[in-house]
Amino acid sequence: MRIACPFCGERELGEFTYLGDAKPQRPAADAGADAVYDYVYLRDNIAGVMDENWYHGGGCRAWLKVTRNTLTHEISAVEPAAGAGAAKVGA
Amino acid sequence: MMAGDQTNRLASGGLVDRSAALNFRFDGKSFAGFQGDTLASALVANGVKLVGRSFKYHRPRGILTAGSEEPNALVELRTGARREANTKATTAELYDGLEAASQNRWPSLAFDVMSVNQLFAPIFVAGFYYKTFMWPAKFWEAIYEPAIRRAAGLGRAAVVPDPDHYDKAWAHCDVVIAGSGPAGLAAALAAGRSGARVILCEEDFVPGGRLLADGGTIDGLPAAEWLSRTLAELNSMPDVRMMTRTTLFGVYDGGTYGAIERVNDHLPTPPEHQVRQRLWRIVAKRCVVAAGAIERPIVFAGNDTPGVMMASAMRSYINRYAATPAKRIALFTNNEDGWRTVETAIAAGLQVAAVIDARPDVSPAHRSLASKNGFTVLHGSVSGVDGGKNGVRKISVSLTGGARAEVEADGLAVSGGWNPAVGLTSYHRGRPKWRDDIAAFVPDGAPPGMVAVGAANGAFGLGACLREGFEAGVAAARDAGRSGGTSAMPVADDEAFSLTPLWHVAGKGKAFVDQQHDVTASDVELAQREGFQSVEHLKRYTTLGMATDQGKTSNVTGLAIMAAVSGKSIPETGTTIYRPPYVPVAIGAFAGHHRDETFHATRLTPSHHWAAEQGAVFVDTGLWKRAQWYPRAGEKDWLESVTREVKAVRDGVGFCDVSTLGKIDVHGPNAGAFLDRVYINTFSNLAVGKARYGLMLREDGIVYDDGTTSRLAEDHYFLTTTTAKAGLVMQHLEFCRQVLFPELDVQLTSVSDQWAQFSIAGPKTRDLLQEIVDPAEDLSNEGFPFMGAREVALRGGIKARLFRISFSGEMAFEISVPARYGEAMARNLMLAGAPFGVTPYGTEALGVMRVEKGHVAGPELSGTTTAADLGLGKMMSTKKDFIGRVMAGREALVVPNRQVVVGIKPVDKARRLRSGAHIIPKGETPGPGNDQGYVTSVCFSPTLDQWIGLGLVERGRERIGEIVHAHDPLRGEDYDVELCNPVFYDPDGGRQRG
Repeated sequence: MRIACPFCGERELGEFTYLGDAKPQRPAADAGADAVYDYVYLRDNIAGVMDENWYHGGGCRAWLKVTRNTLTHEISAVEPAAGAGAAKVGA
Repeated sequence: MMAGDQTNRLASGGLVDRSAALNFRFDGKSFAGFQGDTLASALVANGVKLVGRSFKYHRPRGILTAGSEEPNALVELRTGARREANTKATTAELYDGLEAASQNRWPSLAFDVMSVNQLFAPIFVAGFYYKTFMWPAKFWEAIYEPAIRRAAGLGRAAVVPDPDHYDKAWAHCDVVIAGSGPAGLAAALAAGRSGARVILCEEDFVPGGRLLADGGTIDGLPAAEWLSRTLAELNSMPDVRMMTRTTLFGVYDGGTYGAIERVNDHLPTPPEHQVRQRLWRIVAKRCVVAAGAIERPIVFAGNDTPGVMMASAMRSYINRYAATPAKRIALFTNNEDGWRTVETAIAAGLQVAAVIDARPDVSPAHRSLASKNGFTVLHGSVSGVDGGKNGVRKISVSLTGGARAEVEADGLAVSGGWNPAVGLTSYHRGRPKWRDDIAAFVPDGAPPGMVAVGAANGAFGLGACLREGFEAGVAAARDAGRSGGTSAMPVADDEAFSLTPLWHVAGKGKAFVDQQHDVTASDVELAQREGFQSVEHLKRYTTLGMATDQGKTSNVTGLAIMAAVSGKSIPETGTTIYRPPYVPVAIGAFAGHHRDETFHATRLTPSHHWAAEQGAVFVDTGLWKRAQWYPRAGEKDWLESVTREVKAVRDGVGFCDVSTLGKIDVHGPNAGAFLDRVYINTFSNLAVGKARYGLMLREDGIVYDDGTTSRLAEDHYFLTTTTAKAGLVMQHLEFCRQVLFPELDVQLTSVSDQWAQFSIAGPKTRDLLQEIVDPAEDLSNEGFPFMGAREVALRGGIKARLFRISFSGEMAFEISVPARYGEAMARNLMLAGAPFGVTPYGTEALGVMRVEKGHVAGPELSGTTTAADLGLGKMMSTKKDFIGRVMAGREALVVPNRQVVVGIKPVDKARRLRSGAHIIPKGETPGPGNDQGYVTSVCFSPTLDQWIGLGLVERGRERIGEIVHAHDPLRGEDYDVELCNPVFYDPDGGRQRG
């Protein structure tokens, strides 16, 4: 599999580390235990297109949101996580 | 002059170099062949028909094919450490001095004791293992399996390490092409002329595919002439790379292809500094599969007799190798293509005994060929072969209409039609589709970017191969963004095509579907009767197609027979799933250079070479080599060395390279706020110039990592991690920064490799440091108090980072210098410390002192413990959110009977403790019901002069002073221990503050 890192270009799978579903958002500090439990443990097992967190540890160390079809491994979009890369430099 | 006794070599012709005679040995007997031969063609040229014994029944077997689909002619190639089992004689290139041995026979190929298995053949049926060795169960390992393994099987692997090297490499191109037959060459021409970067992989050592055996006319030229012109043109294109001896064996996601290049398999041993094989990962925008087709057998009684050969293979041996498999041949065919073998045989001067054609009629041209050359055309099927180990002698024919006939011949060519090589196109779980007009499965779509052309796509005619290949080459180049000019397509006529499907001829005697696994037509029928009707069940129950050839000549025939007996159509019956690799690939090639000491990278600490000079004993810690202890002359064991090192630190001063800790610079206006969210304790209120111990949790509330973090400036922290988690913590913090808290203005820089870091510990630490640090720096307790951290100048001007932190419990500093000064620092510490008796210490002494001091480390940060379990619960801030905060409050993580860290001392002071012993209440019988924890870390404490340890014990901290039982079933030890304060040494911490 190959992932087109927005910072480095297309690189092979071995440079990346998979984390999992990018959808769950870390609950606010006062959201309560149930919300955190859901965030930590509950995952949809999607057969099809999903957004995933991938880490380009063998390259630029950016966390990426990779849109991947779990049935075909086809990657339709790759974008940096919100705080990845040099977005804040000079801001 | 004919070299050696090559009785079956034609006087001229073929692609062998008669000026280069090669000597080789097969089963100890000497033979000669020529450069350009395979082992199989050289054996054919020498009249050798019997080359092996079959897997189950030890039946005599010969050479069936001339390619990588070969099921029978498997040999042990080479000897000793390079002995390679199950090597196909049909693809093994001949070299001078080659040694090969037949397999699965004893004592000799001609007289094989185990061929008595044939007498028991009625019991070796489908599902034999499942049915026979059911009872008693314990007999399986002791008796049945060893006996079966002796009796059945293939070759013997070498029993010593492989002396050769293997390589792995990447290649990138626009178009990768599998196969250099007419379709592949046309594709390469078209793509190359468009300016595309092309890699053309050819399994054989000579490009050309079927052109080499079947010839033909292309663009008005003889095939050989067209081939040499085409190769010259491709060779002149700098961006076209022809890789012979290279099989494209798999397709992976994102246009990545696996290929195995047999770089030096054609030599006795690889030249010095060269690899034997190279595993390629080829990244290509497009792939053209021109892998051809495999001629399929017709199953009839005795079809495994030596001398029965695929018709196309017979043409290969005669035309390409000028080697004649027989003197007088018969042909059994159900299609037009088989007749080409007759033409070839006649041209080579062989006798043709008869053609048995299963079709209703043959063409007038063939009839006149028969009458001109004096052979008969029999309408019908071969129903049996007489011969045995000496090869085909007599062929029984069932004529259409019911009459019988016999044909005398010493070779039988068989053609049942052609199966396109649908492997590559099906490896992404694609299922090929059935085409009635050619009675074959063809690709039905392909992985993204891939297209099959020519025979691999069911287009068997030479003209169609060229056309499909060329058009695919043009399209592939265009899709890859190359828009070079158009050019003329090579043109040839298509041969006539006519085929009447025939899979199996009923008859007396064993009729083999899968010759390598000895699966017969009746096995397939039996499996069907017993209910194994799915092809996937058929495969596993009969083992059809599960041998090293993966059923290249047997799968389709097997399922066609299954379809017939179950009354279904072939497409209804369907195929099994195709999986890579297309040909066996040595594990060594997948490993490449990653074996033995280069299995993984080795990281050396900055002071490694100095430590090696000192005679340090090193221990592997992850990828690192760390000095474990520094033995001195006269010390009898590691314990004596470690004890000396600990005492030297506690009484004087010692130092230890701790550069392996992960080090991360945290910069930015929100650096403090960021650390507050990732640590359980607070760092935003840490004063500049101070260090603090920090603990991180996972989001599920379990402890993740620990270390000290120092504030070097308002917006600059320096964070350390454990050695083991250095990379993972960096990844975790980047996740926190980029994904969880993008609103924070903070940057992370890994500086683990930038700084050499040493711990300097012991009451004389300050004396030593003053010799190293610029005299202007104030190292006094007031000027540099406990947990102080700041940049200092060293004598000579180098800037260092100095931290007054202590792992050992002694007055201690850690000093960081740029990594390139690490070795110099070690040498300077030794020089400057000589007057104070400075002693380098290793990780073992480091570990002893941390246990004495009750610090937790890897064994306690086990992925199951909470901060409270470690006695660090009070560090958890209640004034802020942090990773793991909520989940750490879960009921099960805060119940009072958690196993928590506690000190452990043996009641018998002389007793040695061991990690892993279970803690049981005193006086109780050990069992899972009363297992209250276990000993995590132990050491011999030179300071206390006894063994001490740490453990995780239920309610441990409430039970200080209680005597409990240590139960160690692994080592058979039982003894009493006392639970105690985990801080064995200097519990009030006066020494480290002094």
